[in-house]
Amino acid sequence: MGPNRTYLLIAPAMLVIGIFMVLPLFLAVAYSFMTANPYGGVTAPETFDAYLQFLYQRDFDDSLVFSPSYALIILRSIYLAIATTLICLVLGLPVAWYIVCQTPERRRVLLFAVTLPFWINTLIRTYCWILILRDEGLANGALRHAGIISNPLPLLYNDGSILLGLVYTFLPFMVLPIYSTLERIDPRLIEAAHDLYASRAAVFRRIVWPLARPGALAGATLVFAPALGSFLAPDLLGGGKKLLIGSLIQMQFTSSRNWPFGAALSTVVTVVVLTVFVIRSRKAQEERR
Amino acid sequence: MADVELKKVSKSFQNLKVVHDIDLDIAEGEFVVLVGPSGCGKSTTLRMVAGLDRPSGGEIHIGGKLVNNVQARDRDIAMVFQSYALYPQMTVAQNMAFGLRIRKVPDGEVTQRIARVADILDLSELLQRKPHQLSGGQRQRVAMGRAMVRQPKVFLFDEPLSNLDAKLRVKMRAEIKKLHQMVATTTVYVTHDQVEAMTLADRVVVMNKGRIEQIGPPNDLYHEPASRFVAGFIGSPGMNFFKCRLEARGDRLAVVLGDGTALAVPAARTARYAGHVGRELEFGLRPEHITEQRERPDVVDIKAPVEVVEPMGMETLLHVLIAGAEATARIDPASTPKPGEVATLSLGMAHMHLLDPDSGRVI
Repeated sequence: MGPNRTYLLIAPAMLVIGIFMVLPLFLAVAYSFMTANPYGGVTAPETFDAYLQFLYQRDFDDSLVFSPSYALIILRSIYLAIATTLICLVLGLPVAWYIVCQTPERRRVLLFAVTLPFWINTLIRTYCWILILRDEGLANGALRHAGIISNPLPLLYNDGSILLGLVYTFLPFMVLPIYSTLERIDPRLIEAAHDLYASRAAVFRRIVWPLARPGALAGATLVFAPALGSFLAPDLLGGGKKLLIGSLIQMQFTSSRNWPFGAALSTVVTVVVLTVFVIRSRKAQEERR
Repeated sequence: MADVELKKVSKSFQNLKVVHDIDLDIAEGEFVVLVGPSGCGKSTTLRMVAGLDRPSGGEIHIGGKLVNNVQARDRDIAMVFQSYALYPQMTVAQNMAFGLRIRKVPDGEVTQRIARVADILDLSELLQRKPHQLSGGQRQRVAMGRAMVRQPKVFLFDEPLSNLDAKLRVKMRAEIKKLHQMVATTTVYVTHDQVEAMTLADRVVVMNKGRIEQIGPPNDLYHEPASRFVAGFIGSPGMNFFKCRLEARGDRLAVVLGDGTALAVPAARTARYAGHVGRELEFGLRPEHITEQRERPDVVDIKAPVEVVEPMGMETLLHVLIAGAEATARIDPASTPKPGEVATLSLGMAHMHLLDPDSGRVI
């Protein structure tokens, strides 16, 4: 096959990427610089208004007034995404390590268990948490039954329940990459460390963790990116009381009918995630050197 | 430094017994090599000494102390792994320092010890490299260096040279021997390579199917093997074996091969073999004792068809048929029989072995 014809082979893949990734991304960025049409969609002229909206509100007399409410939503979203990532890491690393230490048959069963939630719709799974956490739910019921509390604890509709939902949804994305990294470690490395006077704690801190780090970094990005834009858990478990970027974007395209602002928010999320990606891959390259 | 003592040590994995009641005394400063085919239990035995596997039975003593329940990290032994087990994220210096840092050895002494060992092993230029920037031979030296800086009671080597190419293996073999001559630390070395075992060991322990076949200095094992397994395993090319019958001819004994060829047994062996006259036995002779015609005491000449000729330079290997059985002869390269010819060969009967085919023991 000639060098010109080899392009034909990758053409389908390029087409798919072009239609489903580059084009929507381009549209999102383009829309963010347009003016909102009150009936949905966008119209001319091109403007930076959508981005100004992050920090300023247009008053009745058309003057810009500083308003931090959207910025706070963005900051809280980032904060919750970081918290989710850290909790997933703290929970996911021991789980992955535990699975690696099992026999091959048990590993397969445990890995299947980790991926099991993927088989059930996220919406349904998230609703289940409402059933568990609400005032008359399983958790409060069990605590009351055990005589620990008499009045139901406010488990639902706060940052804690949002965090719980996010961690629950994204934990497998942390466990799997760490597992695949740990699985490749030569068991002799651990034995050699024991031989070199290391205690179990020292083995974990000095050998397992440094070797697991690439997997942990991959997992962190896989958790952070979708957690930042997630709107199911915040909406359902947060009760929509406290907005996060995901819900805010969704609102702009539905009830608020402000497509440019929604597009601008999406662009910001994309930029934040891409920045994290770039920093990460830079760091990974440095470490490899 | 310390001696190592194994008393009736055994190891089972589930229902499979891989090491059977091994007794072994290793003196302080001795270099002992465990050798045998894969699956013979040699590595498991080493791992039990290291504390990486627990014995199912028996006792292991290091320096006179029972260590069955002592963890690997408290045994003060240093193991060199076949895969080297270097930490990819650490430099050579950090790898070598790892054990010392955990033991909280002062910085100055760590640097000093690493410098000295790096100097011995020719690693000084490589201290800041990461393992993936090193060649196989260099990695192997780092693995040894990491063990040496610790100045342990016992060195354990688990097939340390098997990942190197042939040339490097010979070089590192000599290096290891030189190091042991410099610092005579008790060493247990595991290999499947009988040449490595012969060249390195003060004493060789030949293992087969989880049991010790024979223990002895290399030359004893070579010349006085205790069993058919040892006779066949030590030496390359291996010993030739022929089915035979021991018969009395006058006041002398003779080994009678399958085709009726009678080979006179040296008079010195008459008493040793007298009790076995009339039995079907196995006759063993090393290739170097089947030569071109030579005048020596106790030599028997036979005629043998030549199948293959392999010139090696310093000698020539002949694959011949003796009494219908394939055999290897080592001959002077100056004599040049051709394939298809019938060569006259001399058998050095002074070096003969007779084996009991049932027990596999040498008579």
